[in-house]
Amino acid sequence: MMDKPTWKSTLRAFLYLLPALLILIVFNIYPIIKSFLMSLYTDYDFYNDVVYEYGLSNFSDIFQDPNFIKAIVNTTVFVIGVVPVSIVLSLAIAIMLNSKIKALSFFRTIYFLPFVTSVVAVAIVWGWIFHSDYGLLNYFLGFFGIDPIEWLTDPTYSMPALIILSVWKGLGFNIIIFLAGLQNINKQYYLAAQVDGASAWHRFLSVTIPLLSPTMFFISIISIINAFKVFDEIFALFNGRPGPANSTLTVVYYVYQKFYEEWEFGLASAAAFVLFIIVFLFTLIQLSLGKKFVHYQ
Amino acid sequence: MVKSALSRTTIYILLSLGAVLMLLPFVWMISTSLKAPNEVMAMPPVWVPSEWKFENFTEALKVAPFDRYFINSVIVTIVSTIGELITTILAAYAFSRIQFFGRDIAFAVLLGTMMVPSEVLLIPNFVTLSNLGWIDTYSALIVPWTASVFAIFLLRQYFLGIPKELSFAAKVDGCSEFKFLWYVMAPLAKPALITVELLKVINSWNAFLWPIIVTNSQELRTLPVGLSAFTTEAGIKYELLMAASSMVIFPMLILFFIMQKYIVAGVARTGLKG
Repeated sequence: MMDKPTWKSTLRAFLYLLPALLILIVFNIYPIIKSFLMSLYTDYDFYNDVVYEYGLSNFSDIFQDPNFIKAIVNTTVFVIGVVPVSIVLSLAIAIMLNSKIKALSFFRTIYFLPFVTSVVAVAIVWGWIFHSDYGLLNYFLGFFGIDPIEWLTDPTYSMPALIILSVWKGLGFNIIIFLAGLQNINKQYYLAAQVDGASAWHRFLSVTIPLLSPTMFFISIISIINAFKVFDEIFALFNGRPGPANSTLTVVYYVYQKFYEEWEFGLASAAAFVLFIIVFLFTLIQLSLGKKFVHYQ
Repeated sequence: MVKSALSRTTIYILLSLGAVLMLLPFVWMISTSLKAPNEVMAMPPVWVPSEWKFENFTEALKVAPFDRYFINSVIVTIVSTIGELITTILAAYAFSRIQFFGRDIAFAVLLGTMMVPSEVLLIPNFVTLSNLGWIDTYSALIVPWTASVFAIFLLRQYFLGIPKELSFAAKVDGCSEFKFLWYVMAPLAKPALITVELLKVINSWNAFLWPIIVTNSQELRTLPVGLSAFTTEAGIKYELLMAASSMVIFPMLILFFIMQKYIVAGVARTGLKG
């Protein structure tokens, strides 16, 4: 019935694809090319859509901008702060949830709740928890004799505050994926290891970890890429500012500032392009590393 | 496997402790939203308000038009979800059931676009929308989000798993291809469609960066944008801020409790994050 493509079938397919293609070409494919071109606009008039000059100076400009360097450093610190902690915690929780406990779905629901909630809303709630005088966190820390911390106004603590919020928000997603991965591991491997006299810790290291590596690899990629794109949390947590003394200025926040606050479309596009390259490189590195270390069942 | 390493009791204690930490912000939000101003700033904290001030919610509505924001969010979420549903079903059908010239290239190009973060597309899309004169309109909030490569990819995979014999049978019975798609294929793919569209609803409801960029006027604010503006409007009245945050969070929590099965299964199966 439809083994070979014909012009007739192509026309038919085109009609089915038309609505989706129209939207995707205008808002997904064209802007990818346009975004690259805009990063090369060095002299342009946005209102009349005229470009007088193309060049690479936007890239040299942003790399000489201390704020952009700061944004890259901050984003890297954020990624390093969030991803490993989140993976270790969610793996530990997933393993506990997977040990045939009662009330599994009850716990799973609770851990997953933050995932469905608005980042802006929960960031505002956390902003209240981080309040230096009346916040819950400082109140609890007081029990351990820790003096009140200015979480949101001291540049030293703004990044940790952002990391705490992000780990809390993203934990449930990772737990669900880890649980799915754990449930896919064939029980016979554990039985075999047990027969051989392997201890629980040994079984974890030589059965769970290797067999779970595809899942870990997948979660790492997604977590790193998402951490590189952080914006909403910062905007809401610090009232539309990138933290005290730019201490939580990230790459996407920098793009937002150049684009929406300063109307420097060329510079903003160049910064956005750098973000794209970073995300792309991470995907490639992880993919090639993944091939070496990942054990597929 | 962990059984021998950690006792049952320890596992329950650790999991419960974690659960308390996960729930605490929500509990604190609800508790604060129902407090009188003097209890909000009390130290040590008051957990259960001595008097439940439901007026805080009406007070918040007086300071900012959250009812309007709510309606905007509902309109944007529903229309963009229905739009995506239609474009996805049509496109996934073409990619899974029709042989046509350039099919594999077109599909590969679409999949390739998934590697580009949407933040990168923000600026050119803003320029396109201003050329169309769509800035500060519902169209700007809705139209760009009525098609998704991810949804098409997912549904195509699902469609490929539906036996081809069904369409032969339908053809013999004189059912048109279009009718077959809407009355047979789409209903068969219901689990996949529900999952994809639920995640779409959640993302659309919570979207922030896009709506703040393409809208300026208060009448077009969605809930997250309105809430963010409210932080300056409400000043330091935390009971009002928490009441407003609850209004943004609750609809999705309710949706989650009802449709939990689909959302959790969907995330587990596909690992999608939006």
